[in-house]
Amino acid sequence: MSNIKYILGSFGDPDEMMHGIEKLQENNIKIHDVYTPMPIHGIEAKLGIKRSRLDIAAFFFGITGTITMLTGVYLATVVDWPINIGGKTHFALPDFIPITFELTILFCAFGLVGSYYASTHLFPGRAPRVMDLRASNDRFIIAVDAKENTDHTKIDELLKGAGALEVKHNERKYISYE
Amino acid sequence: MSGHNESILREPLITGKDITYAKITDDILMPVENKPNRAWWIGFIVSLCGASLWVFAVSYTFWFGIGAWGLNKTVGWAWDITGFVWWVGIGHAGTLISAVLLLFRQNWRNSINRSAEAMTIFAVICAATYVVSHMGRPWLAYWVLPLPNQFGSLWVNFNSPLVWDMFAISTYFSVSLLFWYTGLLPDIATIRDRAVGMRKKVYTVLSFGWNGNVKTWQRFETVSLILAGISTPLVLSVHTIVSMDFATSVIPGWHTTIFPPYFVAGAIFSGFAMVLTLLLVARKVLGLENYITMFHIESMNKIIILTGSIVGVAYLTEFFIAWYSGSEYEQYAFINRATGPYWWAYWMMMTCNVISPQLLWFKKIRTSIAATWILSIVVNIGMWFERFVIIVTSLHRDYLPSSWAMFTPTWVDVSVFVGSIGLFFTLFLLFLRVLPSIAIAEVKLLLKSASEQSKMELIKDGHLDKEQVAEYIESLDKFDSVKQEEYAKI
Repeated sequence: MSNIKYILGSFGDPDEMMHGIEKLQENNIKIHDVYTPMPIHGIEAKLGIKRSRLDIAAFFFGITGTITMLTGVYLATVVDWPINIGGKTHFALPDFIPITFELTILFCAFGLVGSYYASTHLFPGRAPRVMDLRASNDRFIIAVDAKENTDHTKIDELLKGAGALEVKHNERKYISYE
Repeated sequence: MSGHNESILREPLITGKDITYAKITDDILMPVENKPNRAWWIGFIVSLCGASLWVFAVSYTFWFGIGAWGLNKTVGWAWDITGFVWWVGIGHAGTLISAVLLLFRQNWRNSINRSAEAMTIFAVICAATYVVSHMGRPWLAYWVLPLPNQFGSLWVNFNSPLVWDMFAISTYFSVSLLFWYTGLLPDIATIRDRAVGMRKKVYTVLSFGWNGNVKTWQRFETVSLILAGISTPLVLSVHTIVSMDFATSVIPGWHTTIFPPYFVAGAIFSGFAMVLTLLLVARKVLGLENYITMFHIESMNKIIILTGSIVGVAYLTEFFIAWYSGSEYEQYAFINRATGPYWWAYWMMMTCNVISPQLLWFKKIRTSIAATWILSIVVNIGMWFERFVIIVTSLHRDYLPSSWAMFTPTWVDVSVFVGSIGLFFTLFLLFLRVLPSIAIAEVKLLLKSASEQSKMELIKDGHLDKEQVAEYIESLDKFDSVKQEEYAKI
């Protein structure tokens, strides 16, 4: 049994990489993940990545902001310290629309980005889990788990056939770990 | 996207031959990965002197109080708020480019959004310093926040536009920062993967562990789209609320319903002008002519002429409505603006904002780098005068002629303003050194569909309509980064 953990197909062109994904999938070879220097549209459908629910989260974060502001202003201007300004109503709603809007956006943005960072495990100082250093530059990397898919020569051939410039057999999962 | 060809009629967004993904990375990271050249050092030292002046002038104000400024009993708001509104206005282009143009699928935003957003953030920092220094007791700046307190739980006045403004500016700043930084993550990862030693460590921390896998990218695009969706009304709300600082008062000349749209148009106008001022120099010094092309410059000029004309119409409407209102005070405020002791400021504003931008109707001028650069500075000067006119000339002759006064700035006023420009450029130049000035990943998206070389391939294939090809080649005339001889051969 070899020590190879991952087989990486390194492509120089996104279309060829898409072709490589198709080739592997036709042969029932499971793809671990794909690393690209830019977003590739249509790839998530191929790899069965589910639709993001961040939009739903964003909506509820926004609504929380709206409610927080309206409640806060109500407590301040009606309950805690009502001020009589020319006999006008204490809870002057039109005046509070701008700030309510701002807080809606603020909560929505921070909630959304926070959920995004949490769901994709992004935070300052996290050790980058990089399989190929050129994946952030000019290479489109398909990673196949070598332990699950044992016919390595076939994988190599498929990747090469699809146009991979290079096929790597990595003995370590993440080369970025020192 | 990859795999589909863009219409040949669309002008290329990336010019040059033999552009590869690797070349894009190398070109854009050139200033980050190499020692700065002499032009950068000269710019940086001059800016740093400005920034030091700013530190000194602001410290002087903190120490001696607002009395150091040229304000008097009649003109209680002048130079300081002029600078504030000017900077906030400039801070509008970045988020407009990144948000509104994203919603409209304007792909040319991809190569200018990063630096425009950085500019936004720095401009808002400059604006915020004016607010703090005008407070008189800046150590009590937190009083503008609705915090529970020891004064009988006294709250801020939620009915006041100044409080709304605090909410608007701080939301705008933090959301812009978030948008900018999230967009930076993939590019910081690119720097990280190419760096060694200490640099690698620093960029590793900053990159948040980005690895560019499918799920991260897919979520990234969702987040960008939603942030764009919520930032679009946010941008419009910020200058609307800034305008309400004036419009909700009862001062003749300020109390007008046209202010919100007119301020927003003016903000976009000045913001794009500042983007051009900076990018025309940056593209030359950093050698980014292939990514920030003549098409980008012309597009921005078109936005400038649109918003400049909206501002022009607003000036005329204001004047008309002042007459039409039949209100004597309102009429006097406007007559005084144009013919009173500050007539020169008014006509400076009119010339710089309304008349000279009309030159951009000429294609020769809007595709000339020198003319565009000069006009962009003229617009910035004009927009400063606009705020000065609105603020000072509306205040200096109030209802009681015995209290009429003139405003003269002191050296502290001038130094705070000049210094803030220095601060802005210092921050911008540092940004150019440590972070990619163009969104690398987003530009790579355009390579296969919207670049000059991909279109050249299409032409060589020869399946295109001859007339359209001729039109396309003609449109390349204005590009300074395209060699026409290449096309003559085909």
